[in-house]
Amino acid sequence: MKRLLGLVIMMLVAATPLLAVEPDEILKDPRLEERARTLSSELRCLVCQNQSIDDSHAPLARDLRVLVRQKLVAGDSDDAVRAFLVDRYGEFILLKPRFSFDTLALWLSPFALLIVGGGMLLRTSRRATLSKVEALDRAEQARLNELLKAKDPSVG
Amino acid sequence: MMVELGHFALIMAFATALIQTVIPMWGAIARDPGLAGMARYSAFVTFALVLIAYLALTFAYIGSDFSVANVAMNSHSTKPLMYKISGVWSNHEGSMLLWVMILVLFAALVALRGGGMPERLLASVLSVQGAIAGAFLLFILLTSNPFARLADVPLEGQGLNPILEDPGLAIHPPMLYLGYVGFSVAFSFAVGALVHGRIDAVWARFVRPWTLLAWIFLTLGIAMGSYWAYYELGWGGWWFWDPVENASLMPWLMGTALLHSTVVMEKRDALKVWTILLSILTFSLSLLGTFLVRSGVITSVHSFASDPARGVFILGILTLFIGGGLSLFAWRAPSLKQGGLFAPVSREGALVVNNLFLATSAVAVLVGTLYPLVLETLNGSKISVGAPYFNLTTVPLFVCLLMLVPFGQSLAWKRGDLMGVSQRLLAAFGIALLAMMATFAITRGGPVAAPLGLGLGVWLIAGSATDMITRCYRRGLSVSAVFERALGLPRSAWGTALAHAGMGITVIGISATAWGVESLAVVGKHQPLSVGPYTVSLEQAFKRKGEGFREDVAQFSVMEGADARGLIETSKRVHTGREMPTTEAGIVTYGLGQLYASVNEILPDGRVSIRFYWKPLVTLIWGGALIMALGGAMSLADRRVRIALSAKAKRPSAVKAEAKA
Repeated sequence: MKRLLGLVIMMLVAATPLLAVEPDEILKDPRLEERARTLSSELRCLVCQNQSIDDSHAPLARDLRVLVRQKLVAGDSDDAVRAFLVDRYGEFILLKPRFSFDTLALWLSPFALLIVGGGMLLRTSRRATLSKVEALDRAEQARLNELLKAKDPSVG
Repeated sequence: MMVELGHFALIMAFATALIQTVIPMWGAIARDPGLAGMARYSAFVTFALVLIAYLALTFAYIGSDFSVANVAMNSHSTKPLMYKISGVWSNHEGSMLLWVMILVLFAALVALRGGGMPERLLASVLSVQGAIAGAFLLFILLTSNPFARLADVPLEGQGLNPILEDPGLAIHPPMLYLGYVGFSVAFSFAVGALVHGRIDAVWARFVRPWTLLAWIFLTLGIAMGSYWAYYELGWGGWWFWDPVENASLMPWLMGTALLHSTVVMEKRDALKVWTILLSILTFSLSLLGTFLVRSGVITSVHSFASDPARGVFILGILTLFIGGGLSLFAWRAPSLKQGGLFAPVSREGALVVNNLFLATSAVAVLVGTLYPLVLETLNGSKISVGAPYFNLTTVPLFVCLLMLVPFGQSLAWKRGDLMGVSQRLLAAFGIALLAMMATFAITRGGPVAAPLGLGLGVWLIAGSATDMITRCYRRGLSVSAVFERALGLPRSAWGTALAHAGMGITVIGISATAWGVESLAVVGKHQPLSVGPYTVSLEQAFKRKGEGFREDVAQFSVMEGADARGLIETSKRVHTGREMPTTEAGIVTYGLGQLYASVNEILPDGRVSIRFYWKPLVTLIWGGALIMALGGAMSLADRRVRIALSAKAKRPSAVKAEAKA
C-alpha cells in the first residue's frame, strides 16, 4: 500500500524526464567512475524523499553527481569528498552516518543487544544445566541423613 | 442511501466493538460464562457491520457514485471493474477501512474456530481484538471518514493514480494487511494468557496456526511489493531500505522469531515468557508500521497523506496497546511458570539462537528507521540513516543466522548431538563448498561476496535436503519404503525444509545481484550496445497512443552471440487527465535472469538515452519467497495444526490428551 502510494509522491516530486546517472556524466577512467558510483550511492539526494543521488532524477542530484566526479578527477580522496559535502550540506547528506557521539547508540545498539542477549542466554542455559545436578543444600542433606539413619535399623 | 447505511454500520460497529471489549473481559475476570459467552456473538456482529460498511463503499466505487468524496478523488467511470474494486484501498481512508475489516475478520474467524478453546481464554482474546478494532474504528470515524459526501457532485471522478493502476494494487495491499493485522491474533492471545494467568503447550497450539497464517501473507505481501517496486519504479532496484519497507520488514523479522518460538512452546512447553513477549512485540511493530506510514513523521519515497491529526491519533492507539501490552507483561509474566528444561546444544537451544539473531536484526532495522527522528527531537541534529547502515548491520546478522540454520534443523529436541549432526551435514557442507569454489573459479576476478553468498544459499538448500533424507532413508530400505516414509513424514517437517530451502534460494538470488551488469548509453538506430551476455540494438523509436495515455516507445532487438532473442520495449508514458509521466520498464526473462530496459529520454534527433541491466538469477529472490510461503502453507496443512483449528477440537480434554502424546 505505502509503497505504491509512495510511488505517486515520488513521481510527483521527481517528475522530470531524466533518470539517475546519465550517459554524459560517466567518467572515462573506469576506476574513478566505480569510486564515484560507490560514493554517490552513499550520499543523500537532499531534495528527494529518501534516495541516494545515484538513484535520483532530481536536477540537484545530477549537480552533486557531477561535483563528486569533478572532485575525484581533481585527485581528492573519498573522505575528502565526503568532508567537503558535509561542510557544505551537513551530516544529513551522508546515508551512512559517521561514527560520532551522536551516532554512538545507532551503531552500537544492535551489536550491544546481540552481546547482552547472548550473554543472558548463556547464563540462563548454564543455570538450567546446573540446576539439574544441583547439590542438596545443608538442610536437605541433614534431612536425607536422618532418613537414611532412621531406615538403617530396619534394614540392618 | 447505501453510503449512509455504510456509515451507519461503521458507527454501529464501533458500538459493538466496545461491547465486545468490555463484557467478555468482565466475564473472563469474574468467571461468568454467560458474559464471557458474549464474546463470540459480538465478534460476529462487529464483523458483519464492518463488512456492510466495506461493501457499501465498494458499491459506491462500482457504481461510480461521485457524490462520495473518496470515490470522486480516486475513481473514474471508465475504469475497469478490477480497478474500481481495488480503488477502494488505493487511498488512506479506504485502506484503513480494509485494515479494520481484516482485523474483525480475524476476530470472527477466531470466534468461529475457537470452540475448543477454554472459554475464559477465548473471551479475553476476542475482547482484546474488540479493543483494537474499536480504537481503529474511532480513528476512521473521527479523522478519516471514507463516506463523506460532496456538496457539489462532479460529473466525473479524478481517476485512479496511473501508477496504482496495476494488478499489483489488487494483490499487494490485502496480502500485506492480512499479514500485519494477522499478528494481532497472537497479540490478543498473549494478552489473554496474561489475564488468564495460564499458558501452556495447548495455548501455543491454538496460537501457532494464526501466526503461521499471518506470516505466510506477510511474506507474500513483502515479496509482491518488492517485485512491484522493481518493475514500476524503473530503476531496477528491488529493496530500498525505505522506512515504509522497513515498517513491513520489522514485523516479518519479529514474526519469524515468534513462529519459531511457538514451535518450542508447543513441542516442549519451554520459552513461555519469551513467546508471550514476542507476540506483543510483533504486533507492536505492525502498529508502529501503520503509524510510520499513516502519520508521515518519516520521510520516505513511499509516504503520503501526511496529516498531523491522524498521526497523533495513531500515536495514541500505539501507546495504548504497546504500553498496555508491555505493562501487563511486566506485571503478570513473573507469575508464569517456566517449563521444559533443555541443554544448550539442542533444537530448543538452536531456536533460541535463531530468536536472538532475528530479534536483533529487527531491532537494528527499528533503530535505523527511528534514529534520525529521535536524534532530531533530542538535540536538533539532522542525520540520515540509509541503505549502507542497514546492510552493514542486518547482513552480518543474517549470514551468521543462516549458517547455523542447517544445524538447528537437524538437532534433536532436549539434548542434541553436535558431532553426529556435523557428520550428517558433512555432505551438505561439501556440496556448498564445492558450489562456492566452482563459482569462484568461473567468475574469477568478479565480486567476492557473490560466490560466498551463493555457497550460503546452497548450504541452506543442501541442509534441508539432508534433514529430509536422514528422516526417510535408512540403509537397506527399498526405494518404495523410503518413498512411503517420505510421504508419512509430518507435513510440518516438509514445511520447515521447504521454507529453509526457499530462504536459500532467495539468498542465491540476492547474492547474484553482485554479478549484475549495467549499461548506460545514448544510442542511434542499429547501434549495438552490450549488456552482459547480450547485445541490444535500437530497432525503432516511435510515438503511440494507448487507452488513457500516450507514450514514446523505444524498441530494441536482443541478440545473444549470433542468435536473435526477441524484442524488448520500454517507454515514457504520459497519462492523460493527470498528465503524469511514468517510465515503463521493459523486462524480459531469460532462464532465471532478467534483461531490464529503462528509457531515459528519446532525443529529438531520434537517438535514445537508455539504461539496460542484465540481472542474472534475479527471479530467485521472489521465487524463494514464494517457496518460503509454500513451506508455511505446508506446515499449516499439518494434521496437528489442523486439529487445533478444526471443530473436532471442541472437547478440550481431547486436545490436551493429544498435546501430551
